[in-house]
Amino acid sequence: MLADKDRIFTNLYGWESPNLAAAKKRGDWDGTKKLIAKGREWIIDEVKKSGLRGRGGAGFPTGLKWSFMPKEGDRPQYLVINADESEPGTCKDRDILRHDPHKLVEGALLASFAMGAKASYIYIRGEFYNEAVAMQKAIDEAYEAGLIGKNACKTGWDFDLYVHRGAGAYICGEESALLNSLEGKKGMPRNKPPFPAMAGLYSCPTTVNNVETIASVGEILRRGGDWFSSFGNERNHGTKLFCISGHVNRPCNVEEELGIPLRELIEKHAGGVRGGWDNLLAVIPGGSSTPMLPKSICDTVEMDFDSLREVQSGLGTAGVIVMDKSTDIVQAITRLSQFYSHESCGQCTPCREGTGWLWEQMKRMTRGEALIEDIDVMLDVCSEIEGNTICALGEAAVWPVQGLVRHFRSEIERRIVEYRKTLVA
Amino acid sequence: MGSVAIKKIEQPKSFKFSKANLDKIEKILAKYPSNQKASAVMPLLDLVQRQHQNWIPEVAMEEIARILEMPRIKVFEVATFYTMYNLKPVGEYLIQLCTTTPCWLCGSADIVKACEDHLGIKVGETSKDGKFTLVEVECLGACVNAPMIQVNDDYYEDLTAENMIELLEHLKTGDDITVGSQTGRTGSCAEAGPTTLESHAKKAKIKMAEIEEDK
Amino acid sequence: MPKLTIDDMEVTVEAGTSLLQAAEQLGIEVPRFCYHDRLSVAGNCRMCLMEVEGAPKLAASCTAPCGEDMKVHTKSEKVKTAQKGVMEMMLINHPLDCPICDQGGECDLQDQSVAYGFDRSRFLDNKRSVKNKDLGPLVKTTMTRCIHCTRCVRFGEEVAGIEELGVLNRGEHLEIGTYVEQMITSELSGNLVDVCPVGALTSKPYAFKARPWELTKTETIDVMDAVGSNIRVDSRGNEVLRVLPRLHEDVNEEWISDKTRHACDGLKMGRLDKPYLKNSKGKLKPVSWNDAFEAISAKIKVTDGSKIAAVVGDLCDCESIMALKDVMHLLGSPHLECRSDGSKFNPYIPSGYNFNTSIAGVEDADLIILIGTNPRLEAAMLNARIYKNWRDNKVKVAVIGSHIDVNYPYVHLGTGSETLQDLIAGKHDFDETLKNAKKPMLILGTGATMRNDGLAVHALACEFAEHYNMIQDDWNGFNLLHMSASRMGALALGFTPKLENGGHDLDGIVKASSKGNLDILYVMGADDLPFDKLGDDTFVIYQGHHGDKGAAHADVVLPSVAYTEKNATYINTEGRVQIARKATFPVGDAKEDWTILRSLSAYLGRPLPYDNLLELRERMVQENDLFNHVDEVIAQPWNKVIASDISVNKVPFKLPMADFYQTNVICRASGTMQECTDAFFSANIKKRRVNG
Repeated sequence: MLADKDRIFTNLYGWESPNLAAAKKRGDWDGTKKLIAKGREWIIDEVKKSGLRGRGGAGFPTGLKWSFMPKEGDRPQYLVINADESEPGTCKDRDILRHDPHKLVEGALLASFAMGAKASYIYIRGEFYNEAVAMQKAIDEAYEAGLIGKNACKTGWDFDLYVHRGAGAYICGEESALLNSLEGKKGMPRNKPPFPAMAGLYSCPTTVNNVETIASVGEILRRGGDWFSSFGNERNHGTKLFCISGHVNRPCNVEEELGIPLRELIEKHAGGVRGGWDNLLAVIPGGSSTPMLPKSICDTVEMDFDSLREVQSGLGTAGVIVMDKSTDIVQAITRLSQFYSHESCGQCTPCREGTGWLWEQMKRMTRGEALIEDIDVMLDVCSEIEGNTICALGEAAVWPVQGLVRHFRSEIERRIVEYRKTLVA
Repeated sequence: MGSVAIKKIEQPKSFKFSKANLDKIEKILAKYPSNQKASAVMPLLDLVQRQHQNWIPEVAMEEIARILEMPRIKVFEVATFYTMYNLKPVGEYLIQLCTTTPCWLCGSADIVKACEDHLGIKVGETSKDGKFTLVEVECLGACVNAPMIQVNDDYYEDLTAENMIELLEHLKTGDDITVGSQTGRTGSCAEAGPTTLESHAKKAKIKMAEIEEDK
Repeated sequence: MPKLTIDDMEVTVEAGTSLLQAAEQLGIEVPRFCYHDRLSVAGNCRMCLMEVEGAPKLAASCTAPCGEDMKVHTKSEKVKTAQKGVMEMMLINHPLDCPICDQGGECDLQDQSVAYGFDRSRFLDNKRSVKNKDLGPLVKTTMTRCIHCTRCVRFGEEVAGIEELGVLNRGEHLEIGTYVEQMITSELSGNLVDVCPVGALTSKPYAFKARPWELTKTETIDVMDAVGSNIRVDSRGNEVLRVLPRLHEDVNEEWISDKTRHACDGLKMGRLDKPYLKNSKGKLKPVSWNDAFEAISAKIKVTDGSKIAAVVGDLCDCESIMALKDVMHLLGSPHLECRSDGSKFNPYIPSGYNFNTSIAGVEDADLIILIGTNPRLEAAMLNARIYKNWRDNKVKVAVIGSHIDVNYPYVHLGTGSETLQDLIAGKHDFDETLKNAKKPMLILGTGATMRNDGLAVHALACEFAEHYNMIQDDWNGFNLLHMSASRMGALALGFTPKLENGGHDLDGIVKASSKGNLDILYVMGADDLPFDKLGDDTFVIYQGHHGDKGAAHADVVLPSVAYTEKNATYINTEGRVQIARKATFPVGDAKEDWTILRSLSAYLGRPLPYDNLLELRERMVQENDLFNHVDEVIAQPWNKVIASDISVNKVPFKLPMADFYQTNVICRASGTMQECTDAFFSANIKKRRVNG
């Protein structure tokens, strides 16, 4: 288990004040000026060395992403922080926004400096109203204290940080949709290329990072990349916030080492599966879009990007949704199909039409009102969506269904057979 | 949501932002480059709702289009895209019931039923006295405190049918409302106490959970 | 210049070329719905997917740029499967109503589903239904058929310059709509029907009229304004059923105005199908051609040439103008006039009456001064160029004259000629801006020349152009914008007052008539003359195809044919000679215009020296070499217009056109154009609430 001294988010649960004084006591804003004095290259190198990978779901190496930003140019550059946390099963960024906002403010300054951005926007999902208020308060404090704004931390670097609230759209968690939304448009993803590092916010070079990613930067730089990379597995380094929801005895958020065995995570921190480990049916390991894992895999799998990919799933946002044997597993996924149908932006054909169709098919599967071969039709529909859309929502929508069929096909078939029997009777 | 719905309702003839909100608009506009006023469309739609009984009339969208120098249709597109913009009147308390899988696993169906039964309205309806509107929403991002709902700006978490009804009663009378966990949890910390951050817990006088040893 | 292979064929393309464009260069057919050559790229239909070796996902080829050494496959199994999938998705909510859909037979969705789709549906649920929208009297909507390609929205924003269409809601509930169900207002709305790849937007006037395979398609030229849009006339039997745009990059690209497209029902109404002669009681009675010619020649034989005048109207072709000129020459008349609207610009100096910058050249201008004109109404396609230049380059536009309702912002410099004078004198704030422009241009409209001091204004505008460096070696920014299709042809053929022989202009002709000094007035298709000011003794011969104002005031009416019924030549406002082709046959006893004049000359015993179109066209070339240069724009050497009387008055320039939809005899006979007038120009016209 990760030692308390190695945890970054020490006010995760909000026992202490989120204000500047308390944040400073927890170590935030300690020597920020000195870190900046070491220069852009040093920061990026240190982040690269830390092995930090994006905490928003895709797990792209953060330092590398930052290095894509043009070194110089006449256009403004932006850091946009993705606080649109909307992936079902995920509620970690919310804790940073409301309980540890100064970690994010400081991280934003450091990251922006490293990639030459003089302004940064935090895009917070609209429903997180109180979190946006807390965040704004921290920003105001930081301005007041001269930590950001003109000559931030007396480094000579000017840096502005703004909060922008969303208004209810999961798709705005997709970076280019988020940028469109920030520009005052519908949150519809953009075609890529161009990528944001070339033409992002207002067509200027932009990097979009997750809240947790940016909030970790201060501690990583203070303690060194080597410290961070000393945790976890190869290529999967550092500490990570996990959200454990569903059928566990004590659902909670917790910061742990990447690569912690799923079972250990659930049993140590969430009080174990309701009714004991053997009562486990399946786990969705990384937010709703990651394919579920049956108990047999859960027994041994480790919670990091690559280990979960090996079992045809993913770490995603590390939102662990636990389902015990009482779960109507087909309905659980049907509800996710409903979610994706509701959240499709509707821009491109396969997703707009396909997510709705998939939901209809899943509803029938829940009741067993189908033919055995309809399962394959449904998988066909999945493959018609997957990979053919502008953004990854298409994939996100089909993976849960594919995961279900992969591991619980017999359950679907059972329902179909049962239903046929009622027709005969 | 959508054009069909708003046509049926009575629309006010005019809309003007209050003085206080005009000052806010100035501050909002300062956040974005001066040639990117459209960026302020979302905060302005939000301001309208806050000023205008939590819904956005057509005239207000036209006012926003005027202020931000953008075509009305672009304001309308945004207003119909995002779920939080109400284009028709809603109750004083907009009860947004999360029923997505993590909440559903923890009994959100019971919460929905409790609300419907207690208020005598179905999801999608507004109570006769105009106090409550029930809507079903997608994941609100508080999954470890499931099931949960949002009422206007605030989250109410760790719900049961019983404390949900209690909450509705309190909303009716307007007193004794505790925002957040309804069972006294601190944030996303486990109910029986934390398993980490011992020194901080001690300072905050919070009892650690007893971790069962591996069997 | 990346080099890549597509389907094993090598191609080198310009940097920035998309895979789709590169494939098209190789002649590979790429299915698509949302991609349109002339609109921004949306990449949303996902039909144009291609496989790029080494890429994890298929690429939407319309948005994917070509890269060096790419290996691309457009017909691999993976691509075919994916396209089949997209096709299936496209169709699950698309109604199977092809038999009652006007798009049937020319529907991209129909064609591509045959080529790329499944032969059966696996979708078991109810299809989505979507409420129809009111897009005005020209565009019929069946929104359930919409496949959300957003071409219409992009067309509105990018070409028509109306930000009134949008994409509302999201996900499955996505719909194309207008702001809270308001009607759109555009003079280019008919093009929405063309850009829609399915039957969601169809032509309202053409609804249920015909199937495409029943139509005879004739490629010809439009005459509704002086732009000379290239069109295709679709007819069945002897009826013109619709008009569509035809691609001409330098003229109308692939758009046309609503008037060009939808005035065609006016070809069926109010037609002159027999010759008429006024009887002793002053009533027009149908007569034979013989009787009509007899009456005319009897009159002509006793009349001196100096007492005969001729005016040509808006829609006349060059051949008939040539023939009329030759007849007038035979009769010794110096009074020829083609400025039938009464405008007074100098008609003798080509560079002075030409649209020298050329229509496509508008895109290169960095400053545009509009003087007494609203190009949106007077030349909608030209206006689309100005809008394009503004959209792409934010070109500065300034207006002298009345305020106008255009779809780009402009600076208002003043209302009349004194503004021009102030500018030349350096007494105007805008002086600096004009001086700094690299390629400035002005458009002098009829509103500035259709007045007593018109010639002086014309000269002043020339001076203005020279003063502000609009005339350069490779740039001519001086432009006169004409409103009628016949005007440039008539000017090129010299259908103008013979000053050396005391020829009158229109005012002079009218004055002579009112004083009893004009015995015969030959009116060819000019219906907006001040007929009530003519003297009773003037014998009016009207030759034309519609029973409008001209015929009503005539002593003899000679029925001729409309623009869709003849092979004829027109010159557009930039001096481009274009050939129109006959799509349908004359109505009743009507004859082609030039043949009427040829017959008349024979009747007079002095037959014109041409017996067929070919000979007539040779005669035109004799008159002006321009006719040797079909579809070319010949730069006119700059000659400044000078006026002997340079005094201008301070009356503000007025706009010549009030109602876009009622500008000539064909539109005035058109029910569709009347509906447009009612919808857009009656009280409360602007942004009318339809369902409010």
